[in-house]
Amino acid sequence: MSSTTVTPERSGFSVSEYIVCLNGIVWREALRFLHQRERFVSALVRPLVWLFIFAAGFRQVLGISIIPPYETYILYEVYIAPGLMAMIQLFNGMQSSLSMVYDREMGNMRTLLVSPLPRGYLLFCKLLAGTAVSLLQVYAFLLIAWFWDITPPTIGYLTVLPALVLSGLMLGALGMLISASIKQLENFAGVMNFVIFPMFFASSALYPLWRVQEGSPMLYYVCQCNPFTHAVELIRFALYGKMNWVSLAVVGGCTVVFMIGAILAYDPSRGLVRRGPGGGEA
Amino acid sequence: MTATDAHIASQSSPDASPAATAQPALSIGNVSHSYGPRRALIDVNFTVAPASFTALLGLNGAGKSTLFSLVTRLFGIQNGQIKIFGHDISRTPGEALRLMGVVFQPRTLDLDLSLTQNLLYHAALHGISRREARLRSAEVLGRIGLADRAGSKVRDLSGGQMRRLEIARALLHRPRLLLLDEATVGLDVKARADILDHVRQLVAEQGIGVLWATHLFDEIMPGDDLVVLHQGRMLAHGPMSRVIADAGAQDVNTAFMRLTGTATLTGKPPT
Repeated sequence: MSSTTVTPERSGFSVSEYIVCLNGIVWREALRFLHQRERFVSALVRPLVWLFIFAAGFRQVLGISIIPPYETYILYEVYIAPGLMAMIQLFNGMQSSLSMVYDREMGNMRTLLVSPLPRGYLLFCKLLAGTAVSLLQVYAFLLIAWFWDITPPTIGYLTVLPALVLSGLMLGALGMLISASIKQLENFAGVMNFVIFPMFFASSALYPLWRVQEGSPMLYYVCQCNPFTHAVELIRFALYGKMNWVSLAVVGGCTVVFMIGAILAYDPSRGLVRRGPGGGEA
Repeated sequence: MTATDAHIASQSSPDASPAATAQPALSIGNVSHSYGPRRALIDVNFTVAPASFTALLGLNGAGKSTLFSLVTRLFGIQNGQIKIFGHDISRTPGEALRLMGVVFQPRTLDLDLSLTQNLLYHAALHGISRREARLRSAEVLGRIGLADRAGSKVRDLSGGQMRRLEIARALLHRPRLLLLDEATVGLDVKARADILDHVRQLVAEQGIGVLWATHLFDEIMPGDDLVVLHQGRMLAHGPMSRVIADAGAQDVNTAFMRLTGTATLTGKPPT
């Protein structure tokens, strides 16, 4: 073997090293996504089934009055489109969480965690990478939805981008926090039952909250406290070039809280979850 | 002679290599670790010198993987101190991890990515630019004889080739300490010998300090340093010849049995 120069000792990391690391993590996530075409298809099929079948059936049952940000009567399909966009991100966040648990069990996660860059930064890069993948899925959905007469203003496709980034980060951070507390891959089914479904159904994704309040005041308050509701409303308003400040504050705040929780959970010295020798390494 | 005595004797030995007197590549100081009430490591204490091959010998469950998890900061340190070239892994993890390459017992390659893509990902995690990473990847793949497989998916490689790739990946950022946790488990005799030769060459030619965790006696050579770990306790540390002599044995196998009170590496007690 030929000899190799040993890296000289130095402390700290340069900005370019941080950028290279971010690029590398996003690039790897994109490659994995491209290799898992079924994941892309299933991520699209799920909201499209809701749009084409569920919404078509409910259109006749559920009338939507004029509520902000809409300025006129709208079809039910138009109403649930932002909820379905958020649903794509919710499932993507949980899928990332599943893939982190899988990586931890298979050992791939160790490669990330023994990188010399700060662990909080590595997890943030992972979060950004997952969000970037969810954006691809959401815009693919919007493209198909356009042929189904869901046509927000052209500027909406641009103004919704920051909202999608923020909601993607919040849902990804939630998934990351959950992944830190799941000890085995088999336990992931519980996430579906206890996180995804309650978050989705107890929100404004499928029905306006005034409708929920009519049916059950208690459920209305639950929906109000659900961060997913605010992710949906943030997207809904942004898609029509408007801003919902309350939702922005809730989504931003939850993103910070979930992210800090995830970083603490993956911090070896302050982990939320105690692990044994066979219980994952993080 | 106790393990600490053997260690002190080895440090003060007049024939100790110059490297042994320099800053240790790895320094484990009074490290203990528990999983709830179960104590996995109890006051473990040893050093690995630069340009040395140290074998960490122990049965399954001796605490080798726990120790690796502590050294690589996958677990937080409960008691004691771990330093890599003087950098405390708890206080300055970035500096410490930058000087370390790791090959874990489970495979940590991404099977659906190509060899080059796996290497580029690792390089990015160390902040190495894409251009430099490509150069280094081509270099290490050539060195391990896998240059013609650079674009293949990792899942198409044999077990031995995957291990070589993992070692090459661990060296991509040019560390000065290499940790290998049971790196030859599951490989055939030839693949094991190839990997051992490869790692010993790294010690000789590049001056890298190596900590090689194993439960196989035949992977240890007379010139190696030896750490014997059993049920979380370090029973001996020093040059292999000294450990054998101190145990009053003729070979490492007998020395291990006498130190641990086991008959074989299956852990059965002597009859």
